[in-house]
Amino acid sequence: MTAKLVAEFLDGEALKAALERVRTAGHAALEAFAPYPIAGLAEQLGQGRSAIRGVMLAGGLGAAAFAFALQWYSAVIDYPINSGGRPLNSWQVFLLVPFEVGVLAAALAGAITFFWSCRLPRLHDAMFEIPSFERATQDRYFLLAASDGDPNELRTVLRDAGAVAVTELRTP
Amino acid sequence: MSEVLLPQHPPAHRWISAARAGDASVTQAVADPLFTGFGKTWWLALLITLPFVLWLFVAIAWLFYQGIGIWGINSTIVWGVAIANYVWWIGIGNAGTLISAMLLLTRQRWRASINRFAEAMTLFAVAIAGLMPIVHLGRPLYAYWLAPYPNTMALWPQWRSALVWDFWAIVSYLLFSILFWYVSLIPDLATMRDRTPRRAGQLLYGAFALGWRGSSREWSRLQTLHTTMAALGVPLVCSVHSIVGLDFAASLMPGWQESIFPPYFVVGAMYSGFAMVVVLAAAIRWGLSLQAIITRRHFEVMARILLMASIVMFYSYATEWFMGWYGGEHADREVVRFEFTGTYAPLYWALLACNCLIPQLLWWPVARRSLFILIPVAIAINIGMWLERILIVWNTLSHGYMPSLWRSFHFTFWDWSFLIAPVGLFAFLFLIFIRLIPSVSMFDMRELAHQEAAA
Repeated sequence: MTAKLVAEFLDGEALKAALERVRTAGHAALEAFAPYPIAGLAEQLGQGRSAIRGVMLAGGLGAAAFAFALQWYSAVIDYPINSGGRPLNSWQVFLLVPFEVGVLAAALAGAITFFWSCRLPRLHDAMFEIPSFERATQDRYFLLAASDGDPNELRTVLRDAGAVAVTELRTP
Repeated sequence: MSEVLLPQHPPAHRWISAARAGDASVTQAVADPLFTGFGKTWWLALLITLPFVLWLFVAIAWLFYQGIGIWGINSTIVWGVAIANYVWWIGIGNAGTLISAMLLLTRQRWRASINRFAEAMTLFAVAIAGLMPIVHLGRPLYAYWLAPYPNTMALWPQWRSALVWDFWAIVSYLLFSILFWYVSLIPDLATMRDRTPRRAGQLLYGAFALGWRGSSREWSRLQTLHTTMAALGVPLVCSVHSIVGLDFAASLMPGWQESIFPPYFVVGAMYSGFAMVVVLAAAIRWGLSLQAIITRRHFEVMARILLMASIVMFYSYATEWFMGWYGGEHADREVVRFEFTGTYAPLYWALLACNCLIPQLLWWPVARRSLFILIPVAIAINIGMWLERILIVWNTLSHGYMPSLWRSFHFTFWDWSFLIAPVGLFAFLFLIFIRLIPSVSMFDMRELAHQEAAA
């Protein structure tokens, strides 16, 4: 059966080194936790690029197009009013509102995609049961690894890599 | 194992003056004052600002009851303090996001110390700015007519009106700023959740931290979102203050109808905003004892930006004078002459002194490093920028095309109320912010400390 172990490290370099060792020993490194964004960690874990930017682009352009269409429909079709002899379709100034709305919509779409792809908000997570995991947001670094064979072998690898504590993760 | 952050002379690192700033000590220095409380000074400051908040509520209530006739505006000078306040506050508001986003995109690492409270400054300033056009509406109960919605009158907003552009600019910008600020706050809220000794704090910070774990996936997604939002934020900020500039430039009045207005307003916004950040940074640095994190070098680089902006502002004013003359329009030339010699000439000279002359002190490195010089200069810039906005309104309206309509503006008590009381409200909100939320971004500081090899 698969056993998942969580190892606690004192700094980010030790965490990255341990990650490589776990890989070399034939185990799987699933996820790493750190109190600040460590450059290159996501690539090392093989986490792919997210769709956030694409969704933001689509959301922003969609909302901007909608805002322009709304202005055009209201000013040209539904409520045509001669305002100082300006053309009904004053498209130059109609670009201002779509820009503002488009940027806001892109930001909203990006935030929603971010929450969705990270499964936030979550009320509870198995990781929160790990002793001293509350320091993952302060000054400690954690590695979640899975072993296919003997968990004790993985435990030894993590210990050798400098882990100050190794705990088994219990998932329901 | 965790050491207190003590500033050193000379600074031990480029942007951190303590010898060592490990993850634990950064966390401790920023977060722990929030658990122990700030003592009497904070309460005293809150008590001083409270009457201003009440004063503003009274002023708004009286305005709603009596109408905008309580101000010194008249049938010629139809805009007054509320419009100048609007431009001034949104200018300050623009700077927070602009600073944070622009410094992020240009990889200025020192932003870590100032971005959080600069963005908070944005939120409060934009909220106050958004209040100003509404109180100026005359019939504020119809403010919602600015929004397009199906209604029994079968009416639509006038999309060619600058007021409608303002509405969308403020609403979009305020919501965007809240989002930009909040997503970068989540990791720090998680730190607060994990560190607070109180149950209520755990519940509240925990709810807003949304279950953040600090996983590699969460960090990389957050960074993607944050940098993309920053890249969108810079043009958004420029567009918002350009739209404010268009409120004037899209009119047909001498002194207003100038194509330089949008960029000139954007630089003015950055200028007054950076000046405000300098003042707030000095206050936070002293109040929370963060001398190790907000160093003198931070003030020095901000002072350089102020100096640069003051030169651009002077260039903009000179362009206005030159174009007034070069355009050959009699009314335009008259407005420029009126600025220098007319009713408000002393204020105009004061504005030039505050915005163009006094900041030249910052050419001297001694002045850039000394808070005793830098803070008065920053306050002078903020006064000068307010004078600039009120004079743009007054000079043109007092001296338009029709000499028979020329009149002057006279301050009333309620003009002073709307000028002074919002400053108190801003201070009040800011005091509450620094009491509840880490005013320096802890995870950015940890990253900076690692990059500076101070950890």
